[in-house]
Amino acid sequence: MPDRDMTADTAPQDRLAPEPAITPDLVAAHGLKPDEYERVLALLGREPTFTELGIFSAMWNEHCSYKSSRRWLRTLPTEGPQVIQGPGENAGVVDIGDGLAVVFKMESHNHPSYIEPYQGAATGVGGILRDVFTMGARPMAAMNALSFGAPEHPRTRHLVQGVVAGIGGYGNAFGVPNVGGEMRFHPAYDGNCLVNAFAAGIARSDRIFYSAASGVGMPVVYLGARTGRDGVGGATMASAEFDEGLEEKRPTVQVGDPFTEKRLLEACLELMEAEAVISIQDMGAAGLTCSAVEMGDKGGLGIRLELDRVPVREEAMSAYEMMLSESQERMLMVLRPEKEAEAREIFARWDLDFAVIGETIAEDRFLVLHGNRVKADLPLRALSGEAPEYDRPWVASPPRTPLGPLPDIGPIEALQVLLAHPDHAHKGWVWEQYDWAVGADTLRRPGLGAGVVRVHGTRKALAFTSDVTPRYVLACPETGGAQAVAEAFRNLCAVGARPLATTDNLNFGNPERPEIMGQLVGAIRGSGAACRALDMPIVSGNVSLYNETAGRAILPTPTIGAVGLIADHADMITGPARAGDVAVLLGRDGGHMGASALIWAAWGREDGPPPPVDLEEEARNGAFVLAQAGAIRAASDLSDGGLALAGFEMAAAAGTGLALEAGDTAWFFGEDQGRYLLAIEEGALASLLAAAQEAGVPARPVGRFGGEALRLGTAQAHMAALTALWRGVLPGLFGSG
Amino acid sequence: MKAAIVTFPGSNCDRDLRVAFAAAGFEAVPLWHKETSLPPGTDVVGLPGGFSHGDYLRCGAIAARAPVMGAVAAFARSGGHVLGICNGFQVLCEAGLLPGTLMRNAGLRFVCREVGLAVGTSASPFTAGWRQGARLSLPVAHHDGNFAADDDVLERLFAEERVAFTYTDNPNGSARDIAGVLSANRRVLGMMPHPERATDAALCSTAGAPLFAGLAAALAGQPA
Repeated sequence: MPDRDMTADTAPQDRLAPEPAITPDLVAAHGLKPDEYERVLALLGREPTFTELGIFSAMWNEHCSYKSSRRWLRTLPTEGPQVIQGPGENAGVVDIGDGLAVVFKMESHNHPSYIEPYQGAATGVGGILRDVFTMGARPMAAMNALSFGAPEHPRTRHLVQGVVAGIGGYGNAFGVPNVGGEMRFHPAYDGNCLVNAFAAGIARSDRIFYSAASGVGMPVVYLGARTGRDGVGGATMASAEFDEGLEEKRPTVQVGDPFTEKRLLEACLELMEAEAVISIQDMGAAGLTCSAVEMGDKGGLGIRLELDRVPVREEAMSAYEMMLSESQERMLMVLRPEKEAEAREIFARWDLDFAVIGETIAEDRFLVLHGNRVKADLPLRALSGEAPEYDRPWVASPPRTPLGPLPDIGPIEALQVLLAHPDHAHKGWVWEQYDWAVGADTLRRPGLGAGVVRVHGTRKALAFTSDVTPRYVLACPETGGAQAVAEAFRNLCAVGARPLATTDNLNFGNPERPEIMGQLVGAIRGSGAACRALDMPIVSGNVSLYNETAGRAILPTPTIGAVGLIADHADMITGPARAGDVAVLLGRDGGHMGASALIWAAWGREDGPPPPVDLEEEARNGAFVLAQAGAIRAASDLSDGGLALAGFEMAAAAGTGLALEAGDTAWFFGEDQGRYLLAIEEGALASLLAAAQEAGVPARPVGRFGGEALRLGTAQAHMAALTALWRGVLPGLFGSG
Repeated sequence: MKAAIVTFPGSNCDRDLRVAFAAAGFEAVPLWHKETSLPPGTDVVGLPGGFSHGDYLRCGAIAARAPVMGAVAAFARSGGHVLGICNGFQVLCEAGLLPGTLMRNAGLRFVCREVGLAVGTSASPFTAGWRQGARLSLPVAHHDGNFAADDDVLERLFAEERVAFTYTDNPNGSARDIAGVLSANRRVLGMMPHPERATDAALCSTAGAPLFAGLAAALAGQPA
């Protein structure tokens, strides 16, 4: 169907370049496979227009359609009495009692961040914040999980500096405290860094806003910043492998404006308070296209858009560009018509654009008009409902053979190797660039385990953590997927928070390769089983595939973001430990060195199976920590680097030393799961150990905090020297001052 | 006692500052930047932290020309009390209500950490709760907190004991470690550290509380 003249007067359209003819090359450039294009032709019974091709490309790419992962995502546990809204909306919603709900999600911005690190990371933060406040929640906390290539890779320094500055630049100005996250380095990320951004907000549980439109003839309103040409085709770009010519992709990265986002937040919350909103959807990937289709599809309605009414900041934009622009800080809303004047007044007060650009219609139709011509006329529900879904072939990762013999290493030397490794070094260089205290509700800052933020004006607090160990996922996707959830569970328990729910951000390579698809399938199975066993349903998430360059994939990285509730913040396990406290090992004695942090940091080895995850043991030990929270001065989960690294970090946080009993390397550095190191006041020790025995939880004293040295058996080093080593790594690599 | 806390577009510590004033017994009311007068009975104006107008152009430069700032300047000139924190300090300098300017941090990066401070004078309504030379620790969170002024201005600030706080571990390269300065009549204070983030025992620090308590006491003692 060529463009149809609606009237004889086509003046605005005449200034536009003519639209290109639809050729196989043009179809391929839109990321549509030949069989997918056949599907388009069959659906329409005609050739699509250029704008329509762009719309299909946006709706049917991996990023928007989840076509490779959907059948496996359906197997994840997403329900529970605490869940108000699971996956499928802008973010998940979980009840925290007393009429309040926490709204949260994690989302990747990997490809854009590799191309333009500052803006890529900044707009990742902006996008996830919008997902949260679109649902009526005021953002209260943010986290970021970052994976970079080897520190010595020529691109890494530039990426690290840009990504961290971009996250800070956006979140700090917006005004959300950044209270946690992760940062790792591995050569597998040399060609594809990962930037996974998490945000959580608080809403009244009876005042959650959804994307489903309702009512025919209702005004469709455009809110926020104006539309430019930035990000056109971004979602399609994010669904492809990188090859040469990265620089040419820079125009597909959007530019963030946290100042507009902050005003958009305040204006949207006022609009919601005024009960003017029927439904609302943020314009993220594929902007106007995805948001309009989403609202119509969920509401069982059609949408009619008149692009001449869209506020633009560039001249002579085509319908194609407007429909695919990923300009930031924009929202689409279906408005209660009787509230239009009030809504306009709110947006004028915040100096933001507000334009009625269309209406809901009864037919199943997505009608896009521009310059008095029909630029797209598509069956709306088919755009998402008929999107391809693949059952891609997959092969399970081969099981690992047992770990071979390890060279001898003294425990202090081994600890120094870990402290000097950027994965385990002090991360202050990162989080001091983030405002972790804005809002004046941060109860536990970044740096050690979960961050904790008070729910403003209440006694409640929420704990946030983000975890995954890609080494384990590579070694065994199923165990690694379960371990990520188990570690998140432990980090929440270690601050006295009851684990509530999770969000997952699945980062993998090219799913068209069966071994990569096998990693995805295994990780989903493992994390699903762990979420079920630990009662932490997955309420939102995001899949990022094609993280490959020149055929080389990233480590499989299924990041788990998790939220826990502390009903009264006075019951938080606050820490730090104090000199004289007894160090108690909760859980089994360690010894598992396969795929451990130490063998990688010390000898560059990644062999051996990952530590097994016993979900019953995790649940039992976590429940014990929560039951005994009042008797625990400080707690840390044991993960990378085992007992020795956790002991050092707890001692460093306390500004004191620690003496641990003698053991072999595997006892100090083994990464067996389900374990915690506790700091217990001498007088509380006996009753804690008795309670552990009664609960069937292994617990025994293994040392004592105090002094100025870290002692591991008979070997020791000054805490001051170890701390200086640990703190100096990131400034040494990425710049001090 | 009434504290009016200005909200500029991009302010993000306005709520926190209202909470801190309220905790010290003030009636804390919001004040929109487009207003041209202060609420009747205002005893103190608070200019909060944040990124007014996105920090575009120059930090605080656009906010300093907001409609409400005419009323704030008139209030200050007539002896009113004004507290500017972080971005509020930048606005006060840009508005000419305090000397000097705040440049990009010497390390060129945003810095959020607790810093050590020394109280430079207790002779002001804001610092009367401390003795001169007292040490405390408050969080900073800024990209542009590097205080700069001509040498003679710096000399005069110290000579007139108008340096309210100095850093004991300077995080941003500020001249002479200056963290906060007072106006000539000692009723306008601008400071980069955030006392309003340290007024609640649940936050592990109440180091900033004496500022609000001292101000409340000073205003209560003032002749009506």
